[in-house]
Amino acid sequence: MKTLYLLVPLAPLFGAIIAGLFGKAIGRAGAHIVTILGVTVSLIASLIIFKDVMAGNHFNGDLYVWLESGGLKFAIGFLIDPLTAVMMLVVTFVSLMVHIYTIGYMAHDEENWPADSLARTNSYQRFFSYISLFTFSMLMLVMSNNFVQLFFGWEAVGLVSYLLIGFWSTRPTAIYANLKAFLVNRVGDFGFLLGIGLVAAYAGSLDYATVFGKAKELATMTEATTGWPLITAICIGLFIGAMGKSAQFPLHVWLPDSMEGPTPISALIHAATMVTAGIFMVSRMSPLFELSDTALSFIIVIGAITTLFMALIAIVQTDIKRVVAYSTLSQLGYMTMALGASAYSVAIFHLMTHAFFKAVLFLGAGSVIIAMHHEQDMRKMGGLRKYLPITYATVLIGAIANAGLPPFAGFFSKDSIIMAVQASQIPGAGFAYVCALAAVFIGGLYSFRLVFFAFHGKERFRDAGHDAHHGHDDHGHHAVHEPHESPKVVTVPLILLSIPAIASGWLIGSFLYGNWFGNAIYIDTVAHPAMAQLKEAFTGVFGMMAHGVVTLPFWLALAGAATAWFLYIKRPDLPAVIRAKMALPVKILENKYGLDQFNEWFFAGGARGVGHGLWKAGDQTIIDGVMVNGSARLVGWFASVVRLIQSGHIYQYAFSMIIGVFVLLTLWMNRA
Amino acid sequence: MSSLLSLAIWIPILGALVVFSAGNDKKLARWAALAVAIAGFLVTLPLYFNFDVTQAGMQFVEQRPWIPRFNIEYFLGVDGISMLFILLNSFITIIVIIAAWEVIQDKVAQYMGAFLIMSGLMNGIFSSLDAVLFYVFFEASLIPMYIIIGIWGGPSRVYAAFKFFLYTLLGSLLMLIALIWLFLQSGGSFNLLEWHQLRIDLAPQILLFLAFLVAFAVKVPMWPVHTWLPDAHVEAPTGGSVVLAAIMLKLGAYGFLRFSLPIAPDASQYLAPMMITLSLIAVIYIGFVALVQADMKKLIAYSSISHMGFVTLGFFIFNPLGVEGALVQMISHGFISAAMFLCVGVMYDRMHSRQIADYGGVVNTMPKFAGFMVLFAMANAGLPATSGFVGEFMVILGAVKYNFWIGFLAATTLILGAAYTLWMVKRVIFGAVANSHVAELTDINSREFLFLALLAFCVLAMGLYPYPFTDVMHASVDNLLKHVAVSKL
Repeated sequence: MKTLYLLVPLAPLFGAIIAGLFGKAIGRAGAHIVTILGVTVSLIASLIIFKDVMAGNHFNGDLYVWLESGGLKFAIGFLIDPLTAVMMLVVTFVSLMVHIYTIGYMAHDEENWPADSLARTNSYQRFFSYISLFTFSMLMLVMSNNFVQLFFGWEAVGLVSYLLIGFWSTRPTAIYANLKAFLVNRVGDFGFLLGIGLVAAYAGSLDYATVFGKAKELATMTEATTGWPLITAICIGLFIGAMGKSAQFPLHVWLPDSMEGPTPISALIHAATMVTAGIFMVSRMSPLFELSDTALSFIIVIGAITTLFMALIAIVQTDIKRVVAYSTLSQLGYMTMALGASAYSVAIFHLMTHAFFKAVLFLGAGSVIIAMHHEQDMRKMGGLRKYLPITYATVLIGAIANAGLPPFAGFFSKDSIIMAVQASQIPGAGFAYVCALAAVFIGGLYSFRLVFFAFHGKERFRDAGHDAHHGHDDHGHHAVHEPHESPKVVTVPLILLSIPAIASGWLIGSFLYGNWFGNAIYIDTVAHPAMAQLKEAFTGVFGMMAHGVVTLPFWLALAGAATAWFLYIKRPDLPAVIRAKMALPVKILENKYGLDQFNEWFFAGGARGVGHGLWKAGDQTIIDGVMVNGSARLVGWFASVVRLIQSGHIYQYAFSMIIGVFVLLTLWMNRA
Repeated sequence: MSSLLSLAIWIPILGALVVFSAGNDKKLARWAALAVAIAGFLVTLPLYFNFDVTQAGMQFVEQRPWIPRFNIEYFLGVDGISMLFILLNSFITIIVIIAAWEVIQDKVAQYMGAFLIMSGLMNGIFSSLDAVLFYVFFEASLIPMYIIIGIWGGPSRVYAAFKFFLYTLLGSLLMLIALIWLFLQSGGSFNLLEWHQLRIDLAPQILLFLAFLVAFAVKVPMWPVHTWLPDAHVEAPTGGSVVLAAIMLKLGAYGFLRFSLPIAPDASQYLAPMMITLSLIAVIYIGFVALVQADMKKLIAYSSISHMGFVTLGFFIFNPLGVEGALVQMISHGFISAAMFLCVGVMYDRMHSRQIADYGGVVNTMPKFAGFMVLFAMANAGLPATSGFVGEFMVILGAVKYNFWIGFLAATTLILGAAYTLWMVKRVIFGAVANSHVAELTDINSREFLFLALLAFCVLAMGLYPYPFTDVMHASVDNLLKHVAVSKL
């Protein structure tokens, strides 16, 4: 079994190395075959492991000792339990779908590069190499049995995300976005690393099992220098890391910009897997987080803010990918709220269903983008359902699931979160509940707005505004390029992902209430009884649906959908009117609350200002100007003297000086 | 008695003689230099493979009288603290020779010879256990570097060479006084190991510490005596920058471990808050300054100072994680700073500019090079799985353990280091082709590929498996820390 565990991350790594280093030799087909093969092997191995884990076989062991110092042993190793097994399946399955989809999406990638760029020659192979490398990194992250490897995976997925957001490196927006993503994530990692540092300092180990074993002990300590309750300091530090990676307010700012990357990675990295690493991490650390109500309160409030305020922005976006991006932020907010409510399994459940339906939405959006020849503005779409029937159907499935309507997957997971938040006693839960409900309405609205705006209504791509470049019109008898359905390598992954986007929610019974996670997730049921109450109230899949349709969230989501229908199908003239009447709120939302501007001015500008100030005033004026001034003049004098001996056989000087020093010292000092 | 250390010192120095005799035959000079460098590296390998990791004391010891009248000895030996630096130095020498191959066309034999001499002298510094011997090597190493900058350097090379020379020479004068005082105090011995056992009062300990501090702080360099380094780097030829950053900067830090801490442990503890403060200033202040540099070499020079701040920080928190982390950081910085300066050199050889503003979109014309550059930049930013992460990680863990706020301030490097490195990468490597010069760039040749690949291998190997590096340190570092913990008053 241990070999199989090893195979799961190494197979994609192998594919990545082959496609990355020998891309030219093996060609395009070679690159996608070797990487897809790698991920397929990984998926099959994950399935076998999943079955094995379900049979009760867990594993926790080290592969090799990475480093040993100061009594701390840092190892690379695996922890295989139900939580890991679920993550492995989600990651490898979505990754495989995305790999296949990429064959179609990147088929004409050379068009995205300047003709004379050498970076364009192997761009196809490089892309496959990166997504396989990502799969490896993400698997190492979820399979880790210790904090060091977790941090490795954490940063490695960040690296690949950086490389992929900036994949089209000749675009200024892309390389701005990837730098921003990396730096904002580093702010999160700053907290994360300090959290890990505190764990190492006080638990004396970075091995999960050892640390969790000491959790109760840690909860009684205070941090020596600051006097803070230790466990709260650790948990908040770790959670700040999660805020970066899982894009929680106010560290969410990188994620919308990450849409500059090719769409397959928006689906894989920036929706389904990497951004959920923070959610996974907190769930993994539940034995620690359960002991700090302060941290849980902080988490639920941050999650609530993210859920509501990001959903609001989604309403005003016109770029189809950005709508999905803000929707992702909002959904990540839901997961975070679930964490705060101690409903870790629910967070993971939503993580899973979201991975499927959001991958569908992103890949569907990508399919639209292919059909529209890289046009992403929904104002130039409309009426596409006729031309892209499969894409339309799958996006509709994704949208319904995203809105949380039964019987689609999102309903079960999102409704469970709302119930958990409602049941939670943690300070801030009330606020979170209100935010969650408001976001349900808005979620219905923006989800269906996307569907109606892009796929229904007037065919706006026929308007003069659309410039039909690339104009290789296959049909030849239309003046305007007719969009047509994407090839099978694109639609088949969409269909395959749609199935769990509908059905994965039905697993709720065993997933949440069947003691499925065993002791992989720890809940202090006395202090945080929300999950226990949910279990009490659960009456099966049909019972939940029956109950769902008489509760508020269902009607709110439906009302959101109806509003979207009214605004974009019934009265398409209305949005412009509303926009004009509510200029200020719209402007605030379009400017995303001004956070980007503030960060650019305060942090980026401020750092440059400080740097200039220290350099000019500190280094040049004070240190060099005042302190070194005297010696500088001396330098000038020396220089004038030595200029005389500058040319010629300098080696003589060098060598004779050294030998001379030795010889003279020896002779002179031994003369007596 | 082994003579490996003598070989490590004298093969390069005497080999330089052979290289000099090649005269104007460039080809011969290059191949001779390479042969000498490789031979010099090969003799250092047994130092690692035959090293006894259980032993804290000196190994491969050579001890002969040199100047009996003053009890000065030719006394060599290495422990877990110094051994790796001899390997690093000998390895980097090979890289420097390969990197200079076609680039240096002027006085080839002299250039190669100067680097070989420097390599031998540096091995001498890391293995001397006699204070006079150490001092001679320490001062002598200035000469070849001074000449390298002064002859093959840029337009202001004379200014930079003298700033470098005077800064470091003046710094070490106080150290000479300290050495003489210790000689008298010890009843006529220059044996460092005996000095480690001397009992000294706090006041003279503090004076000793400060005298050594001046010498070593300039070398590291620590804030505020760091301003010579960016100038020296900017004017130095690529090879000069590589050796300066990869090896010479380590001399100062090494001096703290060999002199300041064991000879003046009470003063070290007493002055630790000052040292920690200076280190943190280096990490943060210099990090900000690096951010706004327009010249790539200056940026990397400032980045070096900031990274060396981690080294001195690690030393003065007095826990094994800190000290071993600092040593790991020193070796890792040897690889990464060498690689970064070589990358700039590769571009400079083609464009004759180091200004960031003159570049943009290099990946479009030099994709292979861009791959290396991004890798090394990531290592410089401390990405896990590269060597750059290991030392920083260990020092940050050690610092958090020592005092949360020190760890907090040190950890800002995660953000600053990434900001200044990757912002440079964005402006130089990525983007559309910025101008016609960039459009005409040709990608790296097989020689350039070779030295970048060698360093990439080191950076990744050390990042993925640092265990063999720290394994040899434990005994000596533990011993040092135990020694420092005991008062000598």
